[in-house]
Amino acid sequence: MTQAAALSLGAQRAESPGLWVLAWRRFCRDRVGLASFLIVVFFFGLMVASGLHLIAADWSKEVGVNYAPPTFSGPAIHDGGPSAPLAPDSSRAESAGKADAAAGDIEIVDPLADVLAEIRAQSSAASVAEAQAPTLAFGGDRWGRDVLKKTIKGTETSMFVGLVAALLAAFLATVFGALAGYYGGWIDDFFNWFYSVFTSIPYLLLILAIAAVLNQKGTLTVILILGLTGWTGIFRLVRAEYLKHKVREYIQAADAIGASHARRMFVHILPNVSHVILVQLSLHVVLFIKSEVVLSFLGFGVGVDTVSWGSMLNEAQSELILGYWWQLVAATIAMALLVTGFSLFTDALRDALDPKLK
Amino acid sequence: MLGYVVRRLWQTIPTLLGVVLLIFFLFTWVGGDPAYLLAGKISNPEQIENIRHQLGVDRPYYIQLWIFIQQIATGDFGESWSTNEKVSAIFATRLGPSLTVLVPLLLVDTLLAIAAAMLVAYVRGSLTDRIVMIGCTVGQSISILVYIIVFQYVLAYQLGWFPVQGWGNGFAENLLKFSLLPIIVGVIVSLAPDTRLYRTFFLDEINQDYVRTARAKGMSEGRVMWVHVLRNASIPIITNVMIQLPGLLAGAFLIERFFSIPGVGREVILAVERSDFPVIKAVTVYVAIATMIINLVADLLYRVVDPRVQLK
Repeated sequence: MTQAAALSLGAQRAESPGLWVLAWRRFCRDRVGLASFLIVVFFFGLMVASGLHLIAADWSKEVGVNYAPPTFSGPAIHDGGPSAPLAPDSSRAESAGKADAAAGDIEIVDPLADVLAEIRAQSSAASVAEAQAPTLAFGGDRWGRDVLKKTIKGTETSMFVGLVAALLAAFLATVFGALAGYYGGWIDDFFNWFYSVFTSIPYLLLILAIAAVLNQKGTLTVILILGLTGWTGIFRLVRAEYLKHKVREYIQAADAIGASHARRMFVHILPNVSHVILVQLSLHVVLFIKSEVVLSFLGFGVGVDTVSWGSMLNEAQSELILGYWWQLVAATIAMALLVTGFSLFTDALRDALDPKLK
Repeated sequence: MLGYVVRRLWQTIPTLLGVVLLIFFLFTWVGGDPAYLLAGKISNPEQIENIRHQLGVDRPYYIQLWIFIQQIATGDFGESWSTNEKVSAIFATRLGPSLTVLVPLLLVDTLLAIAAAMLVAYVRGSLTDRIVMIGCTVGQSISILVYIIVFQYVLAYQLGWFPVQGWGNGFAENLLKFSLLPIIVGVIVSLAPDTRLYRTFFLDEINQDYVRTARAKGMSEGRVMWVHVLRNASIPIITNVMIQLPGLLAGAFLIERFFSIPGVGREVILAVERSDFPVIKAVTVYVAIATMIINLVADLLYRVVDPRVQLK
């Protein structure tokens, strides 16, 4: 019996779980972390599905009337619901376009409203093959495009930019940090100098300066700007890890069996510091998504034909004054959900990968 | 002490040179020929040649670099390409409005964040702590753009409590009338991350032995927290405030833009929109210099709060 126990103990030893399995188990115990992980996976799925044109492929189709309100608040023409708070400023609303001329002056019931609506519906039915819906489930934008589909498309852009830029930054930081930390000496001095140059210019100012000289918009430009400027924080940590690891015994052992410098750096040390990089990667995705939104809002980000949360917020700014709040709410909720989810996921990831930290 | 300062200033020279080279590289190679930007679409080769000569871009690179270094040393970056205003004059007039908004913002935010963080750190693990932390996480995840848009719309446009945007002539009018809403929005945006961060600083200190000793000798809780813990936690807090300072010099771009405050930040955005290179160059270089000086001041401040810190 003792033998059996010893055997089973031995069997257990043989399949003792590795770092990643242990981390995964710790992660699964963290319910908040798991929930946030599901949110991240959901958004990731949205991004991939939208990128493959499985969903929201027809986002640019004008399916509703201009500024079609969400279904639950009813058509604007009949009750003027969304414009109601703006009644005193009807002059502004009216100047904005004929679409809300009827909605602006709700004091007087427009006797022609129904007739007008009918005419408009007929004319749109005549010009476009199918009639434009007076309301959409989540509202429409200036051209009557579905805000839900637009938000999904914006999610695709913003998340893609955040992920790829973070990967680029993490890659640069890992290479720089590995070289600086592993070799030390003048290579270390050089990269530290490089680091201090980049960090002595405030992040947003550097981004804006680069946006100014590049002077061209586009998803690739944004990714390059964010990735090439955002490596500094990760570099510092990776370098510190390499400094710590290069004197450890397993590296001496690797040296003794004749492993090359590159092999020691990237095959032996890298897996042992990868948890730091992974957590930083996740942290920077959030940072870059936020930066992309600001850049696109200011008009230095993605191109005019691409939708991102930033460009949606830019449109929403003027729409809000007219009382059309749905695009603002849609972009805000989508972004808040992803960023909160990603932040909590990062915390859980850190706890799971580095249980010593608190 | 003086020796330390001199040594530190000496050490910043390579970094400063690096910044100059980086900016020179960006604007000379990456930026392309500015003559085409300036001349616009309708231009003949002679005009372009003329502009190139005026700007000095037809001269060898090392001479251009030397001109750039001279510009930095004398503070004379010439005129803005789009308004023909002197760059130095632009800064002289834009700095005041920026500071009017940003100095009160930083002060109020830091004091509130310290108080809030102290409170939640004191009741750590309780329901209050957890609710505040969840609130901070969610609040942080909403874009600053949304805060500005919604606050401007609700508080200024609909309720009319504040002017929607604008700027006056007198300092008191600017501070008490036009700056209030920008300051409120700025504080709300930065309060969440700062409270979360300072809470961790306080938590690091709150379990230390000296806290137990202070309690054991009968010190009041208020004194333990506000004198002993606060002073010990102040080094990372100072670091964090100092990190925010250079950003303040460049201005809170978005706040200034939305509220039409004629500050440095709004000027930077305008310059980027108009490809006004002299203005961007000047801002970037001077903010970088300011950053280095601020870092030095931060190190000296550490010594003031904590005499154990050795400056080498």
